[in-house]
Amino acid sequence: MDFLRPASWEEALAAKAEHPTAVPIAGGTDVMVEINFDHRRPEYLLDLNRIGELSEWEVGEENVLLGASVPYSAIMENLRTELPGLALASHTVASPQIRNRGGVGGNLGTASPAGDAHPALLAADCEVEVESVRGSRLIPIDAFYTGVKRNALAADELIKRVHIKKADGPQQYSKVGTRNAMVIAVCAFGIALHPETRTVRTGIGSAAPTPIRAKAAEEFLNAALEEGGFWESRKIITPSIAKQFAELASGSANPIDDVRGTASYRRHAVGIMARRTLGWTWESYRGEGRSSIEGVA
Amino acid sequence: MAGTTTGTPTNVTQKHSKGGIGESMLRPDGTLKVTGEFAYSSDMWHEDMLWGQTLRSTVAHAEIVSIDTSEALAMDGVYAVLTSDDLPAVKNYGMEFQDTPVLAYGKVRHHGEPVALVAADHPETARRAAAKIKIEYRELPLITDEASATAPDAILVHENRDDHHSGHVPHPNIVHRQPIIRGNAAEAAKKADVIVKGEYTFGMQDQAFLGPESGLAVPAEDGGIDLYVATQWLHSDLKQIAPCLGLPEEKVRMTMSGVGGAFGGREDISMQILASVLALRTGKPVKMVYNRYESFFGHVHRHPAKLYYEHGATKDGKITHMKCKIVLDGGAYASSTASVVGNAASLSVGPYVIDDVEIEAIGLYSNNPPCGAMRGFGAVQACFAYEAQMDKLAAKLDMDPVELRQKNAMSQGTIMPTGQPVDAPAPVAELLRLVKARPLPPEQQWTTTEGSDVRALPGGLSNTTHGEGVVRGVGYAVGIKNVGFSEGFDDYSTAKIRLEVINGEAVALVHTAMAEVGQGGVTIHAQIARTELGVQQVTIHPADTQVGSAGSTSAGRQTYMTGGAIKNSCGLVREKVLEIGRRKFGSYHPAWANAELLLEGGKVVTDGGEVLADLVDVLEDEAVEIEEEWRHRPTQAFDLVTGQGNGHVQYAFAAHRAVVEVDTELGLVKVVELAVAQDVGKALNPLSVIGQIQGGTVQGLGVAVMEEIIVDPKTAKVRNPSFTDYLLPTILDTPTIPVDYLELADPNAPYGVRGIGEAPTLSSTPAVLAAIRNATGLELNKTPVRPEHLTGT
Amino acid sequence: MRVNFTVNGRQQEADDVWEGESLLYVLRERMGLPGSKNACEQGECGSCTVRLNGLPVCSCLVAAGQAEGSEIVTVEGLADYAKHRDDSHPGGGCGSVCGGTSLQEARQWQAKGTDGQTGEGGQLSPIQQAFIDAGAVQCGFCTPGLLVAADELLERNASPSDADIREALSGNLCRCTGYETILDAVRLAAARQEETV
Repeated sequence: MDFLRPASWEEALAAKAEHPTAVPIAGGTDVMVEINFDHRRPEYLLDLNRIGELSEWEVGEENVLLGASVPYSAIMENLRTELPGLALASHTVASPQIRNRGGVGGNLGTASPAGDAHPALLAADCEVEVESVRGSRLIPIDAFYTGVKRNALAADELIKRVHIKKADGPQQYSKVGTRNAMVIAVCAFGIALHPETRTVRTGIGSAAPTPIRAKAAEEFLNAALEEGGFWESRKIITPSIAKQFAELASGSANPIDDVRGTASYRRHAVGIMARRTLGWTWESYRGEGRSSIEGVA
Repeated sequence: MAGTTTGTPTNVTQKHSKGGIGESMLRPDGTLKVTGEFAYSSDMWHEDMLWGQTLRSTVAHAEIVSIDTSEALAMDGVYAVLTSDDLPAVKNYGMEFQDTPVLAYGKVRHHGEPVALVAADHPETARRAAAKIKIEYRELPLITDEASATAPDAILVHENRDDHHSGHVPHPNIVHRQPIIRGNAAEAAKKADVIVKGEYTFGMQDQAFLGPESGLAVPAEDGGIDLYVATQWLHSDLKQIAPCLGLPEEKVRMTMSGVGGAFGGREDISMQILASVLALRTGKPVKMVYNRYESFFGHVHRHPAKLYYEHGATKDGKITHMKCKIVLDGGAYASSTASVVGNAASLSVGPYVIDDVEIEAIGLYSNNPPCGAMRGFGAVQACFAYEAQMDKLAAKLDMDPVELRQKNAMSQGTIMPTGQPVDAPAPVAELLRLVKARPLPPEQQWTTTEGSDVRALPGGLSNTTHGEGVVRGVGYAVGIKNVGFSEGFDDYSTAKIRLEVINGEAVALVHTAMAEVGQGGVTIHAQIARTELGVQQVTIHPADTQVGSAGSTSAGRQTYMTGGAIKNSCGLVREKVLEIGRRKFGSYHPAWANAELLLEGGKVVTDGGEVLADLVDVLEDEAVEIEEEWRHRPTQAFDLVTGQGNGHVQYAFAAHRAVVEVDTELGLVKVVELAVAQDVGKALNPLSVIGQIQGGTVQGLGVAVMEEIIVDPKTAKVRNPSFTDYLLPTILDTPTIPVDYLELADPNAPYGVRGIGEAPTLSSTPAVLAAIRNATGLELNKTPVRPEHLTGT
Repeated sequence: MRVNFTVNGRQQEADDVWEGESLLYVLRERMGLPGSKNACEQGECGSCTVRLNGLPVCSCLVAAGQAEGSEIVTVEGLADYAKHRDDSHPGGGCGSVCGGTSLQEARQWQAKGTDGQTGEGGQLSPIQQAFIDAGAVQCGFCTPGLLVAADELLERNASPSDADIREALSGNLCRCTGYETILDAVRLAAARQEETV
């Protein structure tokens, strides 16, 4: 095994171009587990810790440019207003120690359906900025996940940052695990209201081969909200709309049975979370909602 | 051996003037443990040492067709690659049955059985070499449950058994069977107005001690070996290790290293023989440390069980009879399965008076992971089932569940189903009263001025509910556990006490082989020595095999047994000291003739408090030393047909009330409070007593809602050998645990103490289950309760 | 490969490090600092928690090479670290919102405990002493990681609520205590810290 320590982004791209099998390591929270448990022996480890810009973020007019290595704890602390859904998701990631190291670049690179950030990224809408010595490109999040633990990255590309739409409305995130902290998702659900475009976007984790959006549920809800004039009136969403939204969300899941949970439970739980998070965001939108304390963040 | 060994235990010294029994003395090893200097077995290091690595079976049941180690041996940095053929002497070991191969030969009987060993100069080299060993298996049919084990044509997990139970078991795949028949259950059932039946499943729990199996074996110039390991019982290890190394016991010198928790999982051998074999073979010190994955295969687990129960009662709530069958899966090797069967059978009735019972407990051999000792030892599984039955019975009688339990509660004088009278206090009804009398925690504690604090809700940080779907439930349970080794076992401990003057002060040295696994035995030992010898300064010698056996740190027995041995040896030392005093000063004062002289505050005093002499003057440069074995009262084996016999030494009792909040839509649980009441006999160190009770309670909570080793029934392979998927309660899963303890002295025990470590693990699980049933109205006959069970998905 | 970093204020160097080695392994096996514990090596127990450039992290998940040039504090250096912090910012610092455990509750603890016969000489940090006094140490294997995490909590929040303590320590498993005495210890350390302000 070789340990590559590029001091700059350009050096990192050059190294990745030279050694396409090199495994990037930033927070180490996935890669090191695989090495410690002898599941993986990469030929090259490509350490990204020395590249300061990966740990930086920039709040622009429309987007937040979030460096791939910005730790979850920093997102929780600094970006709760701009990225409320991702901040909530960050708070559910593993433990405080892991949140101090891990960032969305790792989740995206691993592309495990259980990655906590995915549903929030899908719901908020974002583009992943990837780069190689050949140049840079933006991959829409909807086109990023290509299979079980597979993503749209070419072998010589590295994830630089994510361009995430700043929240224009309430966002929520829920994750089911069989422990009250430090748990991998049995399944997860993210929702973002986008009052500017009068749309609702969603994300589902751990309930399909890849992170997915509940598209049928979104389409139904978008139409129902439009039709009923809910965006203007801000009136309470009827239980029947919420129920159908939940059922459609549940229906879009395509989960499996594993040691963490059964497929039918996952489908069920996605529905419950969809209904609840819709309720929370909508109440918030109505401007009279309860808020939720998210710890010391 | 040249070179230095670091991390060897040092003497810990407590300097104190008071600090006798009954005080919350602080741990003598506390400072070392908070500064990181305490040497655990995985911290051992030796110049020039090698790293040992096992290769374990990837299948659960197979013939070993061939093993090819040549590629591994050829690697740079590899010093030895061993299979069973290379072992120097006896190839099997075991605590009760010698049925466990050091390295598998002929066949493998469970997933993760060690087959080969590597020693190399770096752990990664050792791992790469192990991966190059080629093993060809021919898979065999699997025995995974009672039906497959006892089928007439079942393949035998062990052929040609010749152990002491092989003669009486109904099938060679049954390790042991213990029936208990008392009264006439069939006849008594006719008097019952209501009858409840239930089938219960208890999942396989892991001890999950945090300090992995590890240690250092150093070959010595005399051909022997110095072994630094973490274990619960040095002398039992020694007895198993020496024959496998082909060495006499005196050439295997064992020293206890720091133990990172045990809970039963270190009662059997793990890496001890493996590291020693490699060290003898290579002539170099060998360190072995299992990682967490390997640890799941490196020790036995709590027996999973199926339990079938029937209880009857009259309208007024008097239990008429009980019938039960308990099937414990012992897995591929016996470990302590036979004793677990004895415990499960003899405690299956619970802390209740039931005159007519028909009980059968069996332990299976299967191709599942081997199971053995874990905190609660057979009584845990039974308690889960009989307490569920009590709630069912109460519901059917439309009675308060606590009242039903109190009405049938045993007390001092009750005769156990084994015919053994309970001859010490048994305050079962009072313990239930205590937990019930506590005020309930306030409702909806998650509500704050700013909204819902998810940390106080089911789902916790995962933000799954802000109060939606959350229902509270309350449940009760009580249990009975035996203390000490039972069924005629010659259970003893040894204490060597030395009293001498050092730097002008009388100092006591306490030397035992007691395994300090975290429970605080070392604190208590010093307290006892202070009380008995009236000295300020007590030194606790590291535990090793240079002193007689202390027995196991298990079964709640160490304070009773090694505490008893220290008290006894101190008494003998005191007699010798007084003899010296009489010789030297007897003529100075008539009180020396008094038989009731005491040692207090470093002086010889009369029972009236008159000082006769300073210990320093009595002893001068003479050292008084006593090493003596001490036994509890003898017990008897259970009759193999009727189960009758005075099999147990002592009983311990605890009761819990659980308050839970369940998200009924998502099936997630938050345990809000787990109140405990326990009779501890005498609290020698109240702070330690509370720590034991709270710790035991949380291990019971874990198995109620999250802990289970999941074994695939189709392959008998473990599916979740990691802390990612074998979940332990975090501090956010753990409730407040208020403790009430009673001190009703057991007249048979030193100071009246009662073993305390195990009882709280029993009733915690069924209390949580009862509370979840109360919240949801569901039957819930399985541990752990999973979201699927609560949502019907 | 060779790695260099500062541990507990001292420059350390290790040679012949295998590229897959974790910071934890290098600390324990190459630098003679076995205080950080190897309980799961997958970031699920917190026993190996160290401060890496100030942040608590699982040292089992930091590749040794990634720690190049970093400042690391382990349990072995915790007392010194706390002392330097107190020297530069006496009293720690609790703003206007000190809601947590009352001093009275903490004093009840002192009344229940005995005098601290362990840790004489005052070389321990307040959180280390509190763990001993409150009975938060049993087998002690989780203790080093918990101490590093709890010390960092008290550094940024001098009066944490019980929920804050639970959250901050939710990445540290303990199998012996049931956590109640660990909560007591953190409350006690916080109260003592307040007392010295």
